Amino acid sequence: MKAAIDVRDVTKRFGDFTAVDRISFHVNEGEIFGLLGPNGAGKSTLIRMLTTLLTPTDGSATVGGFDVVTHADDVRRTIGVIPQAMTSDLELSAYENLLIFSKLYRVPRERRRPLIDELLAAVELTQWAHAPVKNLSGGMRRRVEIARGLVHEPRILFLDEPTTGLDPVSRTSVWEMLRRIKQERDLTVLLTTHYMDEADKLCERIAIVDHGKLMALDSPIRLKAEIPGENTLEVSFSETPDGWAETLRALPGVDRVEDRAPVFRIVSNAGPTTTTAVLRAAGDAGLTVRSLAVESTSLDDVFVHFTGHQLRDGLQEQSMNEKRVMAMPRR
Amino acid sequence: MRGAWALVERDMRRFRRSPMLIWMSLFMPLLQLVVLGYAFGGQVKRLKVGVVDQDGGLPAVKIQELANAVAANANTFTTIPFTDRGQAIAALRRGTVNGVLTIPPGFSRRVLAGENPRIALIADNTDNFVSASLAGSFSGLLAAYNAPPPSTRRMTSEATLETVELYPYVPYIQYLLPGTIVMSIFMMVMIGGGIIFIDDKARGLHEGYLVTPISKLELILGFNVSGAIKAMMSGLMLIFVGSIIAGVPNPLDPMRLMRLLVVIGVTSVSLVSFMFLLMVRMEDPLIPRAMFGIINTILWFPSGAVYPQQAFPQWMRAIAVVDPFTYAVNALKALLLKNSGFGAIGFDLLYLAIFGALTMGAATMLFRRTL
Repeated sequence: MKAAIDVRDVTKRFGDFTAVDRISFHVNEGEIFGLLGPNGAGKSTLIRMLTTLLTPTDGSATVGGFDVVTHADDVRRTIGVIPQAMTSDLELSAYENLLIFSKLYRVPRERRRPLIDELLAAVELTQWAHAPVKNLSGGMRRRVEIARGLVHEPRILFLDEPTTGLDPVSRTSVWEMLRRIKQERDLTVLLTTHYMDEADKLCERIAIVDHGKLMALDSPIRLKAEIPGENTLEVSFSETPDGWAETLRALPGVDRVEDRAPVFRIVSNAGPTTTTAVLRAAGDAGLTVRSLAVESTSLDDVFVHFTGHQLRDGLQEQSMNEKRVMAMPRR
Repeated sequence: MRGAWALVERDMRRFRRSPMLIWMSLFMPLLQLVVLGYAFGGQVKRLKVGVVDQDGGLPAVKIQELANAVAANANTFTTIPFTDRGQAIAALRRGTVNGVLTIPPGFSRRVLAGENPRIALIADNTDNFVSASLAGSFSGLLAAYNAPPPSTRRMTSEATLETVELYPYVPYIQYLLPGTIVMSIFMMVMIGGGIIFIDDKARGLHEGYLVTPISKLELILGFNVSGAIKAMMSGLMLIFVGSIIAGVPNPLDPMRLMRLLVVIGVTSVSLVSFMFLLMVRMEDPLIPRAMFGIINTILWFPSGAVYPQQAFPQWMRAIAVVDPFTYAVNALKALLLKNSGFGAIGFDLLYLAIFGALTMGAATMLFRRTL
């Protein structure tokens, strides 16, 4: 499959601080690719280099086949960018924002109006097209930004923290919209996020970034599968004979058992095998299973596995790193 | 250049929806014009002068009659008689009177004997304007007192000065108008140009533009052309409204309007360029708000907008030489007060154009196409 984005050993240093450290990956055409990590991890710096806003200190990257340094204007024509901050003009309407950007992107005059109408319909804002953006809700403003990023019909879309600050309903709505638009327009999407569920539900592949380094890269399912003890079974029995915990411990795939009879928590590194074995053992012993819950490994576990700390720990470091970057002299 | 025009269009749409910005940029300079114009422009009147006549002779009475004539006509001061000099000075210290005229004993005798007679004006010199006005008024009064009776000879050997005024009388409010117009342009450049530029940058709007294929030149043009258009609109509005308020004769003369448009245009571009140079590397939106008052003071007062530059100390005159306000005010004075042609304002326009080109050149070098 052809790579829409190809990143090779890209590094960005601000003075002595290395924000992005020799990161390499590629994004296939038509893929939704996520950069997952806390806010100070270097994701935004990386996306800013790929969208020509920052020049890499080292390494190279191509977007849509164009080098981000030597062919920056070709890259800009190829990509749509939805920055982390809400950057639409609040005093202007959604329509006017799109109109101005269609002119900045040199969309031919006769294409502008139908394209803007079509995009506003796609993000379900036709009714609000002429209302000032300042009167729209956070979710609606984000949809204006998404429409604005598509106003020149780009092949590749960059979204930096697309749902930060939105309520759960708006987040779900943005996810659905992105999936649909991506499908309809055959887009390649690269997004950054620090929400595990967003990366899990939206992305086909994920790169986990921490302290400027790429820690892991694969599909969410494969990343979860790489972690031992990936399932936790919580089983409740009608009654339990003596030594039942030992019986459970001896079942295939079981790592450890917490005995809170009649409820047992079984940590397994082979979920389906252990589940089948537990049910069979209960049947053989003449026990009735009252309830059975299987918890899958979350991306949070994956993050901890690869980085050695929780994502929220990283979030606490974020402000420190951001302050350091802000204090660095610009070059 | 389509990208630049898109930015100008965006700015104009926003400007149209910010009536407060339009009114504030007009209202503030107009308010200043009216308040300063009438506060400083009027002549000092209705002062109170205590008169202590310790002489009582005929020449002393004549002095008092002349003073009463001034009080009745020019109304510069009114006289209050005192019998005791000490009481009069106490009244002066209390602020009940603004000055004390003392006619000493023996004044009439000295007049008649030709022995260099003197009267004294004791003035409250904590207010220079009042004391200078009283001194001027009494000097004139004494000149009239000393004047010999009309001569029967038609020719005299004494040289006299006759002042011929080249232009119609210019009240202070008209004198202040050119500086007010330049201030309104600068205010619009500050608020509608500088502050909006920094605020947009801080809100991330510029990031949105930088990821489009717009060129560096188009970005710079877009930011500055819209600022210059708004500044010109402000300057032209002030010319119309300010001329009516200040009573500038024949303000709608088409030739003069055409010349004014050129000066307003060149001034706007020059000041927008200067502002862009100040803002181009700035990140903190609070800094421009803090520095604008200082810049306005440094540029406006030395420009000769409110007082002749010849009265300034050396260091202020040095600022005035490089201050673009000086040349804008000078050109507008020539057009509004003297109705001069381009010949009189050529150097002013040249300086403003060079100043604008230099500041824009420096700002362009400092402007970054990346974050």
